[in-house]
Amino acid sequence: MWLKFEQRTEPSPLMSYLSPAIAVGLMLVSGMALFYVLGRNPFAGFKIFFLNPVKDWYGVSELLLKATPLMLCAVGLSVGFRANVWNIGAEGQFLMGALAAGGVALHFPDSTSPFLLPGMVLAGALGGMAWAAIPAWLRTRFNANEILTSLMLVYVAQLVVSWLVHGPWKDPEGFNFPQTQMFQAKALLPVLVEGNRVNVALFIGMGALLIAWVFMNRSFLGFQMKVAGQAENAGRYAGFSSKRTIWLGMLAGGALAGIAGMSEVAGPVGQITEHISPGYGFAAMIVAFVGRLTPIGIFFSSLLLALLYVGGEQVQQHMQLPSAISNVFQGMLLFFLLASDVFINFRLRRLARRQ
Amino acid sequence: MGLELLTSILFATVMAGTPLIIAGLGELVTEKAGVLNLGVEGMMSVGAVAAFAVAFFTHNYFLAILAGMGAGMAISMLFAVAALTLMANQVACGLALSIFGVGLAAFVGKPLESMSLKAGTPIAIPLLEKIPVLGPALFQQQSLVYFSWVLLAAVAWFLYRSKPGLVLRAVGEAPVAAHAIGYPVVRIRYLAVLFGGAMAGVAGAFMVVFYTPLWVEGMIAGRGWISIALVVFATWRPLRVLVGAYLFGGCMIAQMFVQASGVELNVPSQWLSSLPYLATILVLVLISRNRSNIRLNSPASLGQPFLPDV
Repeated sequence: MWLKFEQRTEPSPLMSYLSPAIAVGLMLVSGMALFYVLGRNPFAGFKIFFLNPVKDWYGVSELLLKATPLMLCAVGLSVGFRANVWNIGAEGQFLMGALAAGGVALHFPDSTSPFLLPGMVLAGALGGMAWAAIPAWLRTRFNANEILTSLMLVYVAQLVVSWLVHGPWKDPEGFNFPQTQMFQAKALLPVLVEGNRVNVALFIGMGALLIAWVFMNRSFLGFQMKVAGQAENAGRYAGFSSKRTIWLGMLAGGALAGIAGMSEVAGPVGQITEHISPGYGFAAMIVAFVGRLTPIGIFFSSLLLALLYVGGEQVQQHMQLPSAISNVFQGMLLFFLLASDVFINFRLRRLARRQ
Repeated sequence: MGLELLTSILFATVMAGTPLIIAGLGELVTEKAGVLNLGVEGMMSVGAVAAFAVAFFTHNYFLAILAGMGAGMAISMLFAVAALTLMANQVACGLALSIFGVGLAAFVGKPLESMSLKAGTPIAIPLLEKIPVLGPALFQQQSLVYFSWVLLAAVAWFLYRSKPGLVLRAVGEAPVAAHAIGYPVVRIRYLAVLFGGAMAGVAGAFMVVFYTPLWVEGMIAGRGWISIALVVFATWRPLRVLVGAYLFGGCMIAQMFVQASGVELNVPSQWLSSLPYLATILVLVLISRNRSNIRLNSPASLGQPFLPDV
């Protein structure tokens, strides 16, 4: 080895912003290599995956539509991740939020109340929080690892959804398909521009970004969370409650994932089925990391991950490749990001040749 | 409850527990070296799809298992490079490996989706197979079931009775000290991660070649994560991995128990299917409740990156 890593005296702020760009670059290069290996023209692949989706306004609106749940989930997760609270069960919290909100919509099929939608948002948040409260409680009370418990609850949530749509909540006039009735018009989020599907949930997402920014940068509680993540012992010495950190981190993630779930069932899906989420809760973790756990970063990285979803669909349509290619790209992106992050704290130094 | 039923329940429990034992023991060795690899789900998925493809096209199950093993090792290298050489956060790297592995398996496996194989033929062990009840349940099993028992003995012997095993544990408990007396910490951790990847790959191969003989996206269904939980449940001791795996195996075939009880239970199948996940949470709670138990038994440097010469 002629090269070795040497610790920087201070983390490089430049690298921490450059690293996502490097990761995206590496992802593009290896993605094109992947197209080549699969016997497709890499440049055509690039064009179909990354440019076609945004070539017109409708494409952009679809991108924003998909970015919304990612943004919501990721901003909630980032609050916990900053404090080293590893909530990886956002997918389950998303589903429970969708169920709670959907339950409200199905329970009031004839309501014309203006409070129906706000009630659904609230129900979604509470549903997600309830599901996130389980790992938070198990962690603070019994010291059970929240990574494993929150993830196990994803599978349980999927089974709960499956049970409800196959059983008690199944649409009696739905030709036996595992799905609920379509929600009534008053229980659907209004779209922003007629003819597009992107809806007001986008503003909820932006609002969440703003609140998260204020919370993390301008509040004492947010400061405590940061300290807990970066210097646990210092936080403990200063008397910051680690239990509160865990609860706050988990509940913030749960609430926003639940609202994201609500925005899907009351938005593009319009009912509850077994396939309300194409893995948004997992992709949101990548969004949070690529966005450097900052609200502004998350805004851009949610667009990027949304592009990976839309691009995957395009590739499926036009190149006959499975849309699971999106997940391959997502995984690559996270790996490259983690790898290039080494340069934040380290630099490469050439070793003198041994004599 | 008839004896035959008891036998078939035991048989199914062993079958369901076997991939958890194999993947769990692999993860145990990895964690004993101080590396927390949360990517078992991804490695199992990739191992499964590789094994399935080879079994589907060659009908050679031995080759298929080797392919699963190779695929698990290959993908674990991604984790190793990021987490060991580049010193990235191990939790994040493990998540990346899980997301990537599950996605890659779904992508590669798309053309093979829902294809099925002829299940491998069981191997009977002479004499032992004649034992009533236990014989047909334990000794007319698939080759990898026997492999899981041999693996248990081998891992226990390696960790506690051999010098390389002692070095591996030293690396996990006190990497700085191990480095100071001249052991290549990072290289040993690489080997431990590779071993974990190999075993996860074999466990994935077991799933597609012997357990369900078919490939469906998402069929690993959290077994990788349960294996990781199993290591905690076992407080990092090999024999307890086996015990725990059979307990979970029992949960996974809960449906059979319900039928066996003869009671017409009107329980939705989804409730029964959620049992293994709920059981995982329950055992984690029971084990972790005792904080000092976890602290004393988990490898001291678990999850910490190591940079030589600092």
